[in-house]
Parts: sequence; C-alpha cells; structure tokens
Amino acid sequence: MAAVTETAERTAPASEPPQGRFRFRFRQGAGRQQHAGPLTYVFLVLAALVSLFPLYWNLVAASNDTARVVSAPAPLWFGDELMSNLTRAWNDADMGIALVNTTVVAGLVSLSTVLFATLAGFAFAKLRFTGRGVLLALVVATMTIPPQLSVIPLYQIITELGWFDQLQSVILPSMVAAFGVFFMRQFLIEALPIELVEAARVDGANSLRVIWHVVFPVARPAMAVLGMLVFVQSWNDFFWPFIALTTQGSPTLQVALAGLGAGNHTIDQSVVLTGALISTVPLLLVFAFLGKHVVGGITAGAVKS
Amino acid sequence: MATSARAANDSPPIPPAPAGRPVRSSAGPPEKQSWRSRLYRWDLKATPYAFVAPFFLCFAAFGLFPLLYTGWLSLHQISLGGEGEWRGLDNYIRLWDSQFFWNALRNTFTLGVISTVPQLLMALGLAHLLNYKLRGRAFFRVAVLAPYATSIAAATLVFTQLFNADYGLINSALGWVGFDPVDWQSSKWPAQIAISTIVIWRWTGYNALIYLAAMQAVPGELYEAAAIDGASRWRQFISVTIPSIRPTILFTIVVSTIGSTQLFGEPMLYGGSIGISGGSGGQYQTLSLLMYEKGWVTGALGQASAIAWVMLALLLLIGLVQVLFKRLNRRKLEG
Repeated sequence: MAAVTETAERTAPASEPPQGRFRFRFRQGAGRQQHAGPLTYVFLVLAALVSLFPLYWNLVAASNDTARVVSAPAPLWFGDELMSNLTRAWNDADMGIALVNTTVVAGLVSLSTVLFATLAGFAFAKLRFTGRGVLLALVVATMTIPPQLSVIPLYQIITELGWFDQLQSVILPSMVAAFGVFFMRQFLIEALPIELVEAARVDGANSLRVIWHVVFPVARPAMAVLGMLVFVQSWNDFFWPFIALTTQGSPTLQVALAGLGAGNHTIDQSVVLTGALISTVPLLLVFAFLGKHVVGGITAGAVKS
Repeated sequence: MATSARAANDSPPIPPAPAGRPVRSSAGPPEKQSWRSRLYRWDLKATPYAFVAPFFLCFAAFGLFPLLYTGWLSLHQISLGGEGEWRGLDNYIRLWDSQFFWNALRNTFTLGVISTVPQLLMALGLAHLLNYKLRGRAFFRVAVLAPYATSIAAATLVFTQLFNADYGLINSALGWVGFDPVDWQSSKWPAQIAISTIVIWRWTGYNALIYLAAMQAVPGELYEAAAIDGASRWRQFISVTIPSIRPTILFTIVVSTIGSTQLFGEPMLYGGSIGISGGSGGQYQTLSLLMYEKGWVTGALGQASAIAWVMLALLLLIGLVQVLFKRLNRRKLEG
C-alpha cells in the first residue's frame, strides 16, 4: 500500500527499453530527408566560416604582436608571438589564477546543480506529494527571472558576510538551476519506469538506496549532458561574477577579461586577445570531443518545454 | 491514496519529536509499529519534500528573497553600505523624468529588435539547410554551435577589434567592396548594429539546432502530401515546416526576448573604458548598464532597484503577451 501511494505517474506500457540508451539523439529518418543541393552546401560552408572566423582570428591575433594587431589592415595569418603573449597573459594579466578559479567554480556549480536537479527532477517526475503541481509551476516560472533582479540584495549580503571577492559568493547562488530541475524531470518521466522504483521499495530499499541504485544509474546520460551545459554556462557567466569579484582579488576568467577589456592593465591588444583565447580554448576542446552530446542536450531541453 | 499523501502535510498542532510521529488520519488502527517500519513510512512521506528542498531553499535565499527585497529597496534612498530612507515612489518618478532612463529603455528595445529578429530568421534558414541529407552533418552542427561556447567577454573583445574603425577587418572588407569606412563606435546605429552582431553571432547556431530538432519531429507524410499537391520546396517550408514547429518558434522568441532585456556584457565590453555609460553619448546604454551605473558607480541602490523592477515589469509584460499568443495559437490549431 505504502509503496503504491508513492507512485504518481505510471509510464505508458513499457514498450521501449528505457535505461541505458542515450535518448537525446536526433530521430533519424523522421521529418524530411531530401538530399542537399550544391547551393545548400555553399550556404552551410558560409555559415560555418562566419561561425568559426572570429575564433580563427582570435588565434591569429594572439600569435602576433600588438603593433601588428592594431595596424591596418589587421593580420590574417599567424605570427610567432604566441608563446610570449601567453606568458604575459598568464603572469601579468592574472589569466592563470583566473583559469584555476573558473575551473573550481564551474566544477562545483555543475556538480551541485546536477545532484540537486536530479533529486528534484525525480521527485517531480515520479513521486506524488501535496503541492507538486504548484511547486513545479514555480520552478518553471523561476526560469525566466534574470539575475538583475537579485544582485543588489545579494551584493549587500555577501559584503555583510565578508564574502566579497571570494569564490563562494559566485558558487553558492548558482548551486541550483530551475532549468536543470525541469530538464531532469522531462528525462526521468520517460526514462525511469516506475516499476523499477516499486520493486526496490518492495525489497525494502529506503529513499537513499532508491536514488543511488535506481535513479542515478538510469539518469546518468542526462546528468552528464546537464553537467556539460551547466559547466559551459557557469564558465561563461558574466554579470554576477563581475559584481561580486575583482580583477585583483580572485577573478574568474570572465572577470579578468572584463578587466583587460576596460584597460585595467596597460592596453596591449594582443595580450587582451590572448586572454580571450585562454578563456575559450578549454570549452572549444570540450565541444570538439563531446559536441554531439551538447547538441543533443540543448535540443532535448528546449523542444519538450 | 490521496489521504496518505496529504497526511505528510497535516502535521499535528503540537510539533512532536524530530522524526514526526506517524500521523493516523485514516490509516490502520494505532497498533504498535516497529521503529523500522515507522521510519520507513516517514521516509516515504518526507522524501519528496527532502528532494525538492535544496532547490527551493536555495531559490528562496538567492532568488525570491532578493527579488522582493529589491522591490523594497526601490522605495528607499539608500547607498552602498548605508542606511535606507523611505522615499515612496520617488525613485520611479525620477526614472520617469530621467532622459537617461528613456534612452536606456529605447536602446534596450532597439538592440533587442535588431539582435533578435535577424537571429531567429537566420536560425530558421540555417535549420532548414541542416535538415537536408548532408555530408559532414556533424561538422556543420558543431561548427555553428562553436560561438555558443565562446563567452560574452571573449566574443566581445574579438569583435571590438574586428569592428575597429581604423584597422578592423570589417572596415577593410567594406573597403574592398568599395564602401567608405564606418564609425562603428561613436555613431549610434553602427554601434548598435555592431553590438547586436555579437549577440547574433553567439546565438544563431544555438537556435538553429533547436529548430532543427523540432523540424526532424515533423512527420514525413505531411511533406509527401504537400508534394503530391504540387507544393514547391519553398511552399512546403512555409506551409508545412513553419506551422509544425510554431510552439518551438514561440519558445525561442520568448527566450531571446527575455535575454535581450538583460543585455549587459556585450555593450559594456564593447565600450572599453567608457562601456558602463554605454559609449561616449550613451548611444548603446541598456537598462542593465544603467542599473549597474546607478548602483555601483553613482552608489544609488534605490534607483538601481527601481530599474530592476522596471525590468521585472517588462518581463511580466512579455509573459502576458506569450500567454495571449499561446491562446491564439491553440485556437488556430483547433479551429
């Protein structure tokens, strides 16, 4: 009886094998699949060029000296100053410490977001409790609240607590994400058959064991994708870190870049752009290797809402 | 079923010992229960709340409370680290009378329009192209998504150089085609176009992939039927693809619109050392920039809070429009 009361939504007859397989893929064969004509390729190559050129040029600028970068016309091909620019950006422009800080922040933020989103997403997807509908609506509503609406009191709070310019001031407010909760719920509704949970319950498993042995294994692919999306977001987060941290103290990459851009250091364009390069390359590497999954995650999160 | 689910909420008037005694509403007779089974039942009832609690606690502390407190602050005159003084609606009245506010509101609007409209139209086109059977499809998808991995700061720093009036490659390219160099910094429209270019560059591929996923879920029969009726490819795109993915289009419109009301990093970094005031003449100062300037440069937190709440009002307006559109959409689908 008790076990039954808990089960909220019975998934439709389990016709598809639910676990294991990664579900965020484009459905091949659905929709239209006409062969592309030459003109399509022309436009696509153009789109790819436009997308990639600024990144290419960033590398070009980071490998030339400033005099070259700011002379007309700007260079289009690599120079041989990359190492010296990297050294200067690393040492003089705080990019080294910023890289470490950003990794710590993005890592912790994505870990905690994924953990809490999975717990809440599981509850919303599979457990019945009073107020579930209202709470879920609240989650969805909070997705659209911009950071601008909370930064002023947050700034007062962290100053009061002595957290100004310390990393916890940007980690703690980002430990959960409404988007993540919704994302995990959407995934678990389909992917986790309630029978699995019930079976574990009948065997006397408590909630922690259910989470550990049933929910996490099923949710793992979605957790990985969510973790990646949150990591990218956190890595690139700008507005609040810009307020809560300083360039001289413990900057994240974005804060350090803002300092470079505003000319806190003597403006040396090739070093500024080398800084930009340092902040971008780690994520581009992630994309190069895991791009397909990121693509799948973005679309899975959006289409269903 | 419902009773036992509700029981978790109907806690007895006098709070019992920590773990909460089993509440006997309509459950069995109050017979002796072993400690284990009590714990088990309590576990079942409390678990859902325990699972959603971290989210809501964090949201309450870092989202809801600051949101409401910002509203409270907007009714005060208060400086950084100082005590507040009640001012009623003064801050809002001063905004209404301030040309800087209207300038920022106008800029936010125009920047929003010139960054969102081309972005979504191009994303639709791009998704359409990506939907063909392609060689190298994975490459194209990841390539158009690469800008999404680039941060606002990095992208803006690069584009600021590309748009430089004296040595930037964009003016060089214009020169090759025979145009005069454009002053992308101090004239209003060129500067706004440059800033919206950064936004468009970063988000077009992302939106295209969202559209693509929606397009691939459109049943193939619809196209076959349209083709039998003699519809051209363009006709199919207009009368089959677009209507089929309308909810997704609405979703991206809402997300981009909300995003554009918050524009901050791009104009700020594009302006370099004068970025916070939105360029030499405030020609691209947005609401977010004005809020930051009021709060952290001038030190008038009450004013800044009032701007934040104006942004909230704008978002509610957008939400309202969205709901109306959804209704309209549903009626169209039914009728």
